Amino acid sequence: MQASTSILSATAIDKIFPGARALDGVDFSLHRGEVHALLGENGAGKSTLVKCLTGAYRRDGGRILLDGADVDPQSTLEAQNLGIGTVYQEVNLLPNLTVAENLFLGRQPKRFGFIDSRDMNRRAKALLAEYDLDIDVTAELAAYSVAVQQVIAIARAVDLSGKVLILDEPTASLDAHEVAMLFRIVRRLKARGLGIIFITHFLEQVYDISDRITVLRNGKLVGTRATADLPRRDLIAMMLGRELVQEVAAEHGAKGEGGEVRFRFRNFGRKGHIQAFDLDVRRGEVVGIAGLLGSGRTETAEILFGAERADSGTAEADGRTLDLSSPRSAIREKFGFCPEDRKVDGIIGDLSVRENIALALQARRGWARPISRSEQDRLADDYIKALDIRTSDREKPIRLLSGGNQQKAILARWLATNPDFLILDEPTRGIDVGAHAEIIRLIEELCGKGMSLIVISSELEELVAYSSRVIVLRDRAHVAELVGNQVTTDGIVEAIAASAGKADA
Amino acid sequence: MSATLKAYAVRLFPQVAALAVILLMVSIAFPGFFRLEMQNGRLYGSLIDILNRGAPVALLAIGMTVVIATKGIDLSVGAVMAICGAVAAAAITSGHSLAMTLLITLGTGILCGLWNGILVAVLDIQPIIATLVLMVAGRGIAQLITEGAILTFNDAGLIFIGSGSLFGLPMPVVIWFAFGVIVALLVRRTALGMLIEALGVNRRAAMLSGVSTGVLLIAAYVLSGLCAALAGIIAAADIRGADANNAGLWLELDAILAVVVGGTSLLGGRFSIAASLIGALIIQSVNTGILLSGFPPEFNLIIKAAIIVLILVIQSPRAQSAFVFLSRARASEKKTAGEAK
Repeated sequence: MQASTSILSATAIDKIFPGARALDGVDFSLHRGEVHALLGENGAGKSTLVKCLTGAYRRDGGRILLDGADVDPQSTLEAQNLGIGTVYQEVNLLPNLTVAENLFLGRQPKRFGFIDSRDMNRRAKALLAEYDLDIDVTAELAAYSVAVQQVIAIARAVDLSGKVLILDEPTASLDAHEVAMLFRIVRRLKARGLGIIFITHFLEQVYDISDRITVLRNGKLVGTRATADLPRRDLIAMMLGRELVQEVAAEHGAKGEGGEVRFRFRNFGRKGHIQAFDLDVRRGEVVGIAGLLGSGRTETAEILFGAERADSGTAEADGRTLDLSSPRSAIREKFGFCPEDRKVDGIIGDLSVRENIALALQARRGWARPISRSEQDRLADDYIKALDIRTSDREKPIRLLSGGNQQKAILARWLATNPDFLILDEPTRGIDVGAHAEIIRLIEELCGKGMSLIVISSELEELVAYSSRVIVLRDRAHVAELVGNQVTTDGIVEAIAASAGKADA
Repeated sequence: MSATLKAYAVRLFPQVAALAVILLMVSIAFPGFFRLEMQNGRLYGSLIDILNRGAPVALLAIGMTVVIATKGIDLSVGAVMAICGAVAAAAITSGHSLAMTLLITLGTGILCGLWNGILVAVLDIQPIIATLVLMVAGRGIAQLITEGAILTFNDAGLIFIGSGSLFGLPMPVVIWFAFGVIVALLVRRTALGMLIEALGVNRRAAMLSGVSTGVLLIAAYVLSGLCAALAGIIAAADIRGADANNAGLWLELDAILAVVVGGTSLLGGRFSIAASLIGALIIQSVNTGILLSGFPPEFNLIIKAAIIVLILVIQSPRAQSAFVFLSRARASEKKTAGEAK
């Protein structure tokens, strides 16, 4: 409509893969000086569209106008030179080169035919100063945190391209502080007139930073709206194509509070991992754990499950002392643990969905008492059905499943052992909205059956929805416990912030 | 059940086909190849010879398969063969009974495996380095036992293991076949196979799921040591003496090759003992076949290498996907041709 403000516009983009139409006549336009969120479930076509824009894929139809001129990038390098830069979730820089070398790779300032390191370092320093980043540019990139590397990647992309910046899930491995830092930079670039495409799973961040939202579903455009005019409910409905029944459980008082304390941890901890803490968990209760990345959330989970051995304190269930010295003994005590890093700690990639589901139960029974094949088949089929794990069949290697379905299979692995105490570390990270809702529903169902759950999540709204109590962590210590109507997102943020303030004082 | 059988057939097809092709090629060069004769209640013939000569590598391949399935490798098996051969010869010549000798020798193999397993599982040393220690030291240990000479013996019982026969077959064949069946049943009829595969694919995830990864790892190396001990006894009994310098020399490489030709990935996980045994037979068929075909012996190693490269290329994931692509293209051609009619 306003051709003058539009920096990039794509019309009727088609992309056909053998056997599938990945993009079907998608329109997309990006204004100068706006942050435009590109959303959709996994497989909706977000990354295909981005790859068509950056030349990683050749489109099969449609036009792309950049600054009013037709462009047809054949490679990401060409797109970069045209002015379209991309920063991916996994930083694609070279960790063994210095920061300055990364910034000027392939275009190092030369003097008498040799690289002029001094000039390069000076320019690198100046470039990063624009991003309020004052670091040693002669140090190796790997010496810095992912967040800093992310900023360096953005600096390089903007310096190289300077018209359009595509951020593909840049915040997935950042904690709240780092996200805030990244967003300050994004706002500054926006003020400079760049068009920014922002892809993420975190809806809170979408509302925080974006001006407009485009939603794709199954390769088709669902719509483009101004963020301010699009309530979250409607956005989710656009993404899912159906009204998601949003049951924000308001009656916290009712949940689990009446039940008797079943698990009692006293002075439980391990030096260097997590400061000793006391924790009571009732039957049928969900205890949420909140805190920034590195605050000791995962360490808490690992020590409860015996993955790291506690060096102080006691654990009891119904008055009986528990042996939590290893995952094996914890499992014998009917504990279960869905780890945060599904790919590294959870799935056995090459084994089938069936074997992945049967694994923990089989390990508990011991090698000499195999679960018969027919029993395994029944077990797998039951859970594939009950949890709606989408797989063509149970013999498919689990690595071929999508993140959400892998997560459900890991959950099934533990449910098959019929646990009394289940620890879920970031159960909804990196999975699409549909699976997200199902996992939350499942958590509520499990505690309804009397299971005790510990759920660690960085999505506060989610924690608030299902937890009856929330433990707040900071600097590897349990610093606050929120109960009853204290359990709100504001309450949690305040608790994290308050304890941080105490540290500064 | 038939579905399981079918999966089995699909899994073993490339190895069986490769073996069949090699045997056919050899039979063209050497017409009497498939002839079998019964003499004194024992079968003779080139095929039997392959089964017999292949015994040490076949035995080593059984243990190696399980070790590789755990994402490990055991380079020490050749040296362990030498140690166990020396121990057997020393025990029998110093007057121990045959049963006692076998017990001591197999115990030695288990001890060697235990050493490797503890280095890998408890001290967390990379398998290739951990087993390299015993590979280098083992031959020295064997030389110490034999005092630098070839230690010969004349015990009829021990010699029987190398050259006797049972059910019309040479003893070594009976031993590797029986042991292969026992181990295959042990891992597949219990949950061991699945737990080992889980450990091999993702050790930390398996540990977090309650699998006793340490015990399983040690057990895999112990099995490999036991296999090497059996192979060492056969090798020593065959020449009626323990040769610390040459017994089992380079056989660890043949054993690894047998496992790889058998289609088990060095990255760990899915494994098949039957396929590794066929792999061992493929290697022995190539060795025997080259000799029988009358090529000048100096070509042997090069021809062997060429044949193995060919087998590995056919098995490679790239070639597999090319086959799938070609067969699909052909299928769709047929389909369009059919529709045109």
